[in-house]
Amino acid sequence: MMININTFEELQNACNASGKKIYEITQEYEAELAETTVPEIRAIVKKSLDAMKDAIKTGLKSNEMSISGMCGDDCDRLQKRFNQEKSIFGKTFEKITTYALATIEENLRMGKIAACPTAGSCAIVPSVLVGVSEDLGICEEEQINALITAGAIGRIISNKVALAGAVAGCQAECGVASAMSAGALTQMRGGSVEQVLNAVALAMKNLLGLTCDPVCGLVEIPCVKRNPFLAIHAVTASELALADIKTKIPFDEVIDALEQTGKLMSPMLKESSQAGLATTKTALELKAKLFK
Amino acid sequence: MKQTSIIDIISPVMVGPSSSHTAGAVRLGLLAKNIYNDIPDKVIFKLYNSYAQTGKGHGTDKGLLAGVLGLSVDDVRIKDIFDSDIAKTFNYEFQYFEDFNRHPNAVDFVFEGRRNMMISGNSVGAGEVEITNIDGFSVNLTGKYNTLLLVYKDVPNMISRVTNSIQVNIASFHCDRSGKGREASMAICLDGEINQKVIDFLGLIDDVYMIRYIKKLES
Repeated sequence: MMININTFEELQNACNASGKKIYEITQEYEAELAETTVPEIRAIVKKSLDAMKDAIKTGLKSNEMSISGMCGDDCDRLQKRFNQEKSIFGKTFEKITTYALATIEENLRMGKIAACPTAGSCAIVPSVLVGVSEDLGICEEEQINALITAGAIGRIISNKVALAGAVAGCQAECGVASAMSAGALTQMRGGSVEQVLNAVALAMKNLLGLTCDPVCGLVEIPCVKRNPFLAIHAVTASELALADIKTKIPFDEVIDALEQTGKLMSPMLKESSQAGLATTKTALELKAKLFK
Repeated sequence: MKQTSIIDIISPVMVGPSSSHTAGAVRLGLLAKNIYNDIPDKVIFKLYNSYAQTGKGHGTDKGLLAGVLGLSVDDVRIKDIFDSDIAKTFNYEFQYFEDFNRHPNAVDFVFEGRRNMMISGNSVGAGEVEITNIDGFSVNLTGKYNTLLLVYKDVPNMISRVTNSIQVNIASFHCDRSGKGREASMAICLDGEINQKVIDFLGLIDDVYMIRYIKKLES
């Protein structure tokens, strides 16, 4: 009989009762759901992982602009700076931020990406996962374990909140992507189930209220730069959780707060481009130019 | 609670920039192509609201055309589809509308050819789509299941004749009709594959005007 896990508490209890990790419980659940085998599920996850790596590789080499001409050459800028000057980031953070820009810019120029959980937030999980794996020499199997963990976190949140800016704002897209990355990274670094879930809650709590106010209605401003910011945000949450810093508000209650905040957020700030950055003087000028 | 999958969270692998405006557009196009199931003389794409407003910047127009031409959501040719050989020999037109009675991301496909057909659909978020209307019949087709679609005369026992013939578990069932004894439609979502012989057999029933087997879309 398949256990239908819908909350973080249920997930934690299932892990504690069986002594299994989140990815183990999840891949068994997924195999049963799809009437297939665990290796088959892992092969599907690997397809996403490979697409993420391809997008990074392609994106690093391009400075082609988007259809609108507003974005597309920031990854190139950042790489040049890191090549010329010493940053205070260290190699890992330099990788994460450039990989995030590479991926999200590949998205806006209609390149191939893995939506994770959405296209506008597609660079956060890959940049953390691939950037850190490369630096720490983490093998592919462990990367797949981490991506399954990320998926499990996103799935549980999506049971309460639709992962769409139009429904709950950017907190439900880039915010959730950052929470997924925090959990995945903690798993990858050998964190306990409790530490993984704490990383999720810590990352999520700090992004509640994030609105979706895209300039010209396009997945460009502020989405592009938000991806590297929230990738680093995920690392912070993971480091705190690995130090056994705990969320005072339980995981599921944080998601309740996310849901409530999404409902209270004005529709003008939920992907409709009717307020916020989208209606600033400069945004309106850009819009007039673009749609003339 | 409905069972959900992590695969929907960490995919699809798609060309950007927007799951609803790009990948969703391709999937709507693919479903419309499979429902029409013929080579059209012309296709008119009617885009509404957000699809009309931000469609160009999101490549929604490219996505819709690519789908109707049979390309999948991760096909890198979508970006340059207007300049491709397949599109150059294809007759199509885009029209843009504002109609707040329609979904923010709505589209009508007007197929012209041996048979004219109008198919309407919405991109409902995160790449998920729904075909809501075919020639005036309300349907609910998401591309998540293999779906058997029939248009037939509204006479007694049609549903049982159809369901008795298919030896596959039914996930959901949707019926509509224009009026008692007039044209009716049936959309049956299936858990498995249906045998071509069954489709051929059902197509031979006198009162069945149209039958389509629309395969589920790759995620």
